Amino acid sequence: MKRFLPKFVLSLLVAFGFAAGASANEGGYAWDKFPTEKMSDIAALQSGAKLFVNYCLNCHSASYMRYNRMKDIGLTDDQIKKNLLFATDKVGDVMKTNFDPKQAKDWLGTTPPDLSLIARSRYDIGMGSGADYLYTYLRTYYRDDTKATGWNNLAFPDVAMPNVLWELQGQRAAKFVEEKDHHDPSKKIHVFAGFEQLTPGKLDEQGYNEAVADLVAYLQWIGEPAQAKRTQIGVWVLIFLAMLTLFTWRLNAAYWKDVK
Amino acid sequence: MAEFREAPANATAGEKLLNWVDNRFPLTKLWNDQWGQYYAPKNFNFWYIFGSLAMLVLVIQIVTGIFLVMNYKPDAALAFASVEYIMRDVPGGWIIRYMHSTGASAFFIVVYLHMFRGLIYGSYRKPRELIWIFGCGIFLCLMAEAFMGYLLPWGQMSYWGAQVIVNLFSAVPFIGNDLSLLIRGDYVVGDATLNRFFSFHVIAVPLVLLGLVVAHLIALHEVGSNNPDGVEVKAKRGPDGHPLDAIPSHPYYTVHDIFGVSVFLLIFSAVMFFAPEGGGYFLEPNNFIEANPLKTPSHIAPVWYFTPYYSMLRATTDVMVNILCGAVAIGAILGVLRGGFGATGKVVLVVAAVVAGFLLKTFDPKFWGVVVMGGAVIILFFLPWLDRSLVKSIRYRPGWHKYLYGVFVFFFVILGYLGSQPPSAGGNVVSQIGTLVYFGFFLLMPWWSRIGTFKPVPDRVTFAAH
Repeated sequence: MKRFLPKFVLSLLVAFGFAAGASANEGGYAWDKFPTEKMSDIAALQSGAKLFVNYCLNCHSASYMRYNRMKDIGLTDDQIKKNLLFATDKVGDVMKTNFDPKQAKDWLGTTPPDLSLIARSRYDIGMGSGADYLYTYLRTYYRDDTKATGWNNLAFPDVAMPNVLWELQGQRAAKFVEEKDHHDPSKKIHVFAGFEQLTPGKLDEQGYNEAVADLVAYLQWIGEPAQAKRTQIGVWVLIFLAMLTLFTWRLNAAYWKDVK
Repeated sequence: MAEFREAPANATAGEKLLNWVDNRFPLTKLWNDQWGQYYAPKNFNFWYIFGSLAMLVLVIQIVTGIFLVMNYKPDAALAFASVEYIMRDVPGGWIIRYMHSTGASAFFIVVYLHMFRGLIYGSYRKPRELIWIFGCGIFLCLMAEAFMGYLLPWGQMSYWGAQVIVNLFSAVPFIGNDLSLLIRGDYVVGDATLNRFFSFHVIAVPLVLLGLVVAHLIALHEVGSNNPDGVEVKAKRGPDGHPLDAIPSHPYYTVHDIFGVSVFLLIFSAVMFFAPEGGGYFLEPNNFIEANPLKTPSHIAPVWYFTPYYSMLRATTDVMVNILCGAVAIGAILGVLRGGFGATGKVVLVVAAVVAGFLLKTFDPKFWGVVVMGGAVIILFFLPWLDRSLVKSIRYRPGWHKYLYGVFVFFFVILGYLGSQPPSAGGNVVSQIGTLVYFGFFLLMPWWSRIGTFKPVPDRVTFAAH
């Protein structure tokens, strides 16, 4: 072991370094960082739930998510019934939209995807977490008259969904400049050069970012409602196993000290 | 046949019961043969923990699997939702599911390290060939388990991964289309595929796997373990008839393995509770989207433990087939000139090479890709006869052998990385080199393993008291 292991570990490190260097990601709008502290903020998760029910649930379902699971983010059955239950009257139901998928396909060209696992499915090793993506996506809509909906998006070009949050954000246009392509000087590429506010929204930029972060926190949470419990239990499990390891290490040493 | 024995008059109730059983079933004998009085070399190092860890992970997989099946629905319309039901509504379901999904990756990590241990210390050499062959069988079963189990969550990657791999079988000449139809049970991956994969995953393959594990252990405990020095400890026995450099597994390796198990569980739990997706490698992001036969993902890659072999498959292009033809030709020429064959042998060799070249150029490279991928695993079975080194352990082999093993591992890891990435021209050249290194390592082993200055092997194992 003493003679072989260092060389082996070194060669693995070299291999992984080589691999990491080759994975430089290119293309696409870089994702912003989702403020992860929102995940431990109950008020933010509740406000996200409200935004979700008001703005998303009209077209999208979260069909693996039950309304009464929101007790985990500090709501009572009564509160859920009074404030969040529009599409059904049973608090044990899953969050399903009444929007007919066939109609949706006719109107939008695609069926709105189920949002239960949207945050988990958008993770990209080179770009960021699924929450980073959603946080970026919901904040990079701009007016584009060439599209059927009149909207386009930087993080999801040619997206089928219009900006449903526009009354909060206001309408924005995107400015582009033409630049030479680094890889192919004969080509020109569009480079994003900032937004221009066309009409004001109900929220200022700071307020809108907060609202989107709340909504994304909620989406992240419904992707895995057990996640808070998971890390909470995990800490105790690791503490227990660390103590067990300490004990078994000494137990092992006690037996082996006689082996000559 | 053992004699009937009466328990002594002053025996405790427990001793009497054990005596009663022992007169009817060799319980004490089994325990002593397999573990209690099994004398193992005392110089085991870090690398020797992975066998018992593999056993532990096997138990984790079986037990969590039993509980998953209680709520999982092997039905294309219900499977994906039933997994989410387990994750959300079944009490403790998420822990069971994460244990099983993390366990799958842990199994391969542990088994790869276990196999690597065998490789560097020559644990497959005479008289342990059958242990190694049973082990290779276990590895094959494990791959079948992982491949078929991965379809069950019925996510996008499950579906399209299975589609790609099953389609490969259609490249087999003459029977390919019927073969892939037989595996799928349909013209595309569908409900019938899910049902038969479920059946194989929970019944058929685990039965074979368990049988092989038992055979692996019986063979090991019959022959005795190898050790990092590659010295046969049975050659030097003490007055009590036990090997001088060996100690009873119980209690010494019992406490040793319990320590190893706690360290392993610490790492396993850290992943399971704090990064169950394993950075997108253990649970792939695309698999959180339900399977959609009409929507092909832009990038389909198998789970990480298959990617080295997947790389070899993709590396087998037209160019690669030509290179393989060249390799066959060089092999034949060298064999004729230096092989020391008689006239008949030379003719057979040349004819075989011509036939091989003809077949290589006749069939679709995709088929040869499948052959290369399968061959990469099958070749492991022959390792005991490929290695003709004068000593077992890497410790007493020529120094440059260590670097050769390093290069082998390096390319295996690189192949694994490239297999997880979208295909690229540069990556393909590297994976072709990697494939040649992988096969060259094994196929040329009968020659290179004899070259160099070997160090003298000691009579007794090297052991520093703790």
